[in-house]
Amino acid sequence: MINKLVFENLKHRWVRTLLGALLVGVLVASITTLIGLSRGLLEERAARAKGTGADIILRPDTHGTISFASGPISEKFVALVRKQPHVTQAVGVLVQAVELITSMNGVDVPEFAKLSGGFHYLEGGSPKAPDDLLVDESYAQQKHLHVGATVQLFGHDWRLSGIVEGGMLARFVVPLDTLQQATANTGKISQILVKLDDPARTNEMVTYFDKLLAGDLKAISMADVVSQFTISSFPQLELFINIITTMWVVVIFLVVGLSMYTAVLERTREIGILKALGAKPWTILDLLIREAILLALVGWVIGIVLALVTRTLIVSMFPASLNVVNVPDWWPKAAAIALSGAILGALYPGLKAARQDAIEALSYE
Amino acid sequence: MSSMPHAEIAPEIIRVKALRKIYRTGGLDVEALRGVDLSVRRGEFVAVIGPSGSGKSTLFNVLGGLTPPTSGDVWIDGIDLRGMKESERTEMRQRKVGFVFQKYNLLPTLTARDNIYLAQAIAGIKTQPAAFDNVLKMLGIENRMDHKPRALSGGEQQRVAIARALVNQPAILLADEPTGNLDTANSNAVLDLLRDLNKRIGQTILMITHNPEAAAFADRIISMRDGQVLN
Repeated sequence: MINKLVFENLKHRWVRTLLGALLVGVLVASITTLIGLSRGLLEERAARAKGTGADIILRPDTHGTISFASGPISEKFVALVRKQPHVTQAVGVLVQAVELITSMNGVDVPEFAKLSGGFHYLEGGSPKAPDDLLVDESYAQQKHLHVGATVQLFGHDWRLSGIVEGGMLARFVVPLDTLQQATANTGKISQILVKLDDPARTNEMVTYFDKLLAGDLKAISMADVVSQFTISSFPQLELFINIITTMWVVVIFLVVGLSMYTAVLERTREIGILKALGAKPWTILDLLIREAILLALVGWVIGIVLALVTRTLIVSMFPASLNVVNVPDWWPKAAAIALSGAILGALYPGLKAARQDAIEALSYE
Repeated sequence: MSSMPHAEIAPEIIRVKALRKIYRTGGLDVEALRGVDLSVRRGEFVAVIGPSGSGKSTLFNVLGGLTPPTSGDVWIDGIDLRGMKESERTEMRQRKVGFVFQKYNLLPTLTARDNIYLAQAIAGIKTQPAAFDNVLKMLGIENRMDHKPRALSGGEQQRVAIARALVNQPAILLADEPTGNLDTANSNAVLDLLRDLNKRIGQTILMITHNPEAAAFADRIISMRDGQVLN
């Protein structure tokens, strides 16, 4: 019966219920979209790294897994690496940040093809001239580009020579020499991709390279690279998400708290009736907390639907810019955030209602 | 609960002796009841009449366990209200007292049926008493049970409120100006119903009113003025 009263109360004030649930929903959608975007970008980078076919990546010893900086390594290391046992191919890659979350790779395309098996061209072919550019299909689709088009990136005009299937290196690939000159990094690269004759020797060769190149380069197996592309591997990102999550709990607390506080004021007489009928303070508090829980759950469902719709819209409108993935494992966490905010928000109005004097409440106009 | 059957007051369902109630408002003590003595026997229909400020509503609130007495003895169906905690008075309201208010006080979000069920749910009672169907028939609302209060007339709402007050078979039915919001025809219908309930099922009723015509439906009329019972 109490559940029915809860349901009927929310239904009776349906505009306020809908607005409250929508606000909770927007916050839930924001949480899951933010997580989906963070994870999508990291997964995309992991997939691109894995897609190269390399077994080991050599990077400057002081760097983490991801670097947007360009050219701190001498490309002479590539020749040294190629001479090492079990190495079938080594290719230097210069990484240049282009947009906030997008990068360009400079690479010797024919040498890279020996390591990776080569790009799969959907249109055009490999760069022939120094200013030739390859882009992946998502970017070409988003920008409506075709081979022969001129693309301006960091003040340089590039001629689109090929559109490739995504998932290998960066979204933009240009000849290494050109990028080195364009970014004043002549003779420099950011990392070296290494292919072994036997992938089973990866760990052994990681140790070998770490000893050989100590102080200059650090070897990371591709498996470790991929495993490090998670939110928890980036403490600052994780901290940011935790701060945002806490703020959302506070906002939901305020939204539900305000809604419940107004409800308690509006329903003072009804609370008096319940008290006259013998409802205990806990029953009144329980009633309001159940209303808040139902509001939060409805908001949560709206939020999940909104997040799915938002993801679909983002992915179809900006396939090259924002890679958002669905994060069903975060849905229960989003529910917990919505519920904890809602329950906290209902506590003060609920306690106020529970302490209400029955006679005063019954005479409330 | 501090219940204590009392041999002397056993036949009485309400016994009040030297009841005083002092409210503190704005730093001032207001003595609403000044030594009220009252006795109501089981099955009686008593009207308490008096002008505004005579203390009759305060008496209603004390007898209903909505507020504690400041001093004096108050016994309801063998239970002593003096010194009761708030939680004990809350429990008493669940089963010993049924309220009927001037403004009906039905929950607007629930149907008539659910308003009645809610009183049972709060009291922790799962099934309606067998005789309750007859009560609904007497009240003439059995066909209006699935309507929400806004779809009911004032008279119908008050009859639903009476049904809600009776569903837990309380020892006393307390009615505070039950016809105050009704026209003459509906007032007479409700008063007839209260009298019928009293005669046919022996329900003890204490009705507060300022209307002598309404009070005339009762077996006995008690007059109050300035916080005291006059007769």
